[in-house]
Amino acid sequence: MAAHSSSNSSSSGVKAVLSLTAKRFASSLLTLFLVSLVIFSIAQLLPGDAAQEALGQSATAEQVEALRHEMGLDRPAPERYANWLSGMVSGDPGQSLVANLPVSEVISSRLPNSLLLAALSALVAVPVALAIGIGSAMNRGGRLDRALNISTLSMVAVPEFLVATLAVLIFSVKLRWLPSIAMVADDMGWGDYLRGAAMPILCLSIVVIAQMARMTRAAVIDQMDRPYVEMAVLKGVSPVRVVLAHIMPNAVAPIVNAMALSLSYLLGGAIIVETIFNYPGLASLMVNAVTSRDMPLLQACAMIFCAAYLILMLIADVTAILANPRLRAQ
Amino acid sequence: MTASSLRWAKALPLSAKIGLIFVLFWLAVAVFGPMLAPYPVGAFVAYDVFDGMSAQNWLGSDYLGRDVLSRLLSGARYTVGLAAAAALLASATGTALALTAAVGGPKVDEPLSRFMDTLISIPSKILSLVLVAAFGSSLPLLLLIAAVTYVPGNYRIARALAVNLAQMDYVQVARARGEGRFHLALREILPNMIHPLLADFGLRFVFIVLLLSGLSFLGLGVQPPDADLGSLVRENISGLGEGALAILMPAFAIATLTVGVNLLIDGLKGKRA
Repeated sequence: MAAHSSSNSSSSGVKAVLSLTAKRFASSLLTLFLVSLVIFSIAQLLPGDAAQEALGQSATAEQVEALRHEMGLDRPAPERYANWLSGMVSGDPGQSLVANLPVSEVISSRLPNSLLLAALSALVAVPVALAIGIGSAMNRGGRLDRALNISTLSMVAVPEFLVATLAVLIFSVKLRWLPSIAMVADDMGWGDYLRGAAMPILCLSIVVIAQMARMTRAAVIDQMDRPYVEMAVLKGVSPVRVVLAHIMPNAVAPIVNAMALSLSYLLGGAIIVETIFNYPGLASLMVNAVTSRDMPLLQACAMIFCAAYLILMLIADVTAILANPRLRAQ
Repeated sequence: MTASSLRWAKALPLSAKIGLIFVLFWLAVAVFGPMLAPYPVGAFVAYDVFDGMSAQNWLGSDYLGRDVLSRLLSGARYTVGLAAAAALLASATGTALALTAAVGGPKVDEPLSRFMDTLISIPSKILSLVLVAAFGSSLPLLLLIAAVTYVPGNYRIARALAVNLAQMDYVQVARARGEGRFHLALREILPNMIHPLLADFGLRFVFIVLLLSGLSFLGLGVQPPDADLGSLVRENISGLGEGALAILMPAFAIATLTVGVNLLIDGLKGKRA
């Protein structure tokens, strides 16, 4: 659409978009830095300290002191924060207290599994959510729209573990189609992997589809209320053509924005779903880290989740910037 | 009072009426439920585990042979009570900070908003997991953790409302009249943002119910011998294979509660628009 304006103004538009995007990126980095500060501070507030925690009640004062020194707990907090942050950035966020392995090693064995799970769930969720969202927007106020509205509203409000337990009950217990525990190994073929991970993918997609469909519907309806759509309807364009040729080109960016925003529900959903199905991913690792109070591991996992969340928000904002013709053609 | 609230309820769309019934039902259960329970919460009353419905145990027995109905009635009190208290605390704190930011000028507003933006960039489940790991999960701490997790969301909405209202002529007039900041915040701005804030309170309540039952389901929330609805699902998970009522009932209880609140809020929104 930038083609409509003269080449001169469109190049300044590109500049404006680039500078806005760069600003938005810098602000995300700043936020990530502040987030690391918050997470580090919370972890420091641990009653007692990690050395005492690791050794238990029976440890002598000397043993605790020695471990404190080894773990660097006797140094001042700002110095420890600087060490931790530089370690995070260089890919070495310390030693896991429970596994007694470098955190980076523990995480690198789990992260690909989680990314794969998220990608496959998104692959299932996006087309279904698009169909539901656009379908109910076209049928606005009709029976189909109201039925879909109530069902997506209910899905949004239902806890993830209800979706997961019902799925297990139906597909594993009654129908016996799928295993109720995700048996996933590195040396598995694609077929076996998909069968093993089908339930987690199914449950995560359901959680995300509901969110995404609602946001997509809202984005399309927002366009439908614009005067240009009324114009098209009045000059006799067929409803399907109105949606495909008139609304969709304008709604693409808001829809992508809605997709990115609702994909962030993958992060929260993954925590429950990975744990229920015993899927060897990052989220179940993080829950284990909470249970065993393995702070270095927990901090690293939390930072990865926050970074993923910020990346999704960044994508959402940048598409919103790209979608705004006033900014593009300045 | 009763007549007018009855008329108000009658004017709601059907889905909102259903929501209202669910909400009132669970509120009543939270208040009176434990008094109506047929057995003490921890008592072993059945010889069989995961029994079906019977005259003695209306909703069957759980994984230790305890009465599911009695446990459900007392679990609902934990879930509804904790979530309501946490949502109230989160909304009150968020709104108070938002009003402070709106009348305090950029020197107060900017650092506060920056801090809240940071907290809002941490997904709520992640933040609460880190908090649970650091502080543990006794009941008062869970309440506090849930409240802290949802203050930033309320702050963002309340601040947007309050900053808009602070620009209105009548607030400017009051300011010119020489009214103090307290008066501006509490008498001029707050009364005009109460409706959207109530809707937001309902949403926070749903989020917190889901968060707390999620935590309990992971074993990180309400600890035994206390049990909220999420803990009930967790402790009976071994009955899933036989589709035991002991696991399905608490899960459906949470669902009807949260769906009910959502339907009600959705209906109210539609009515105003």
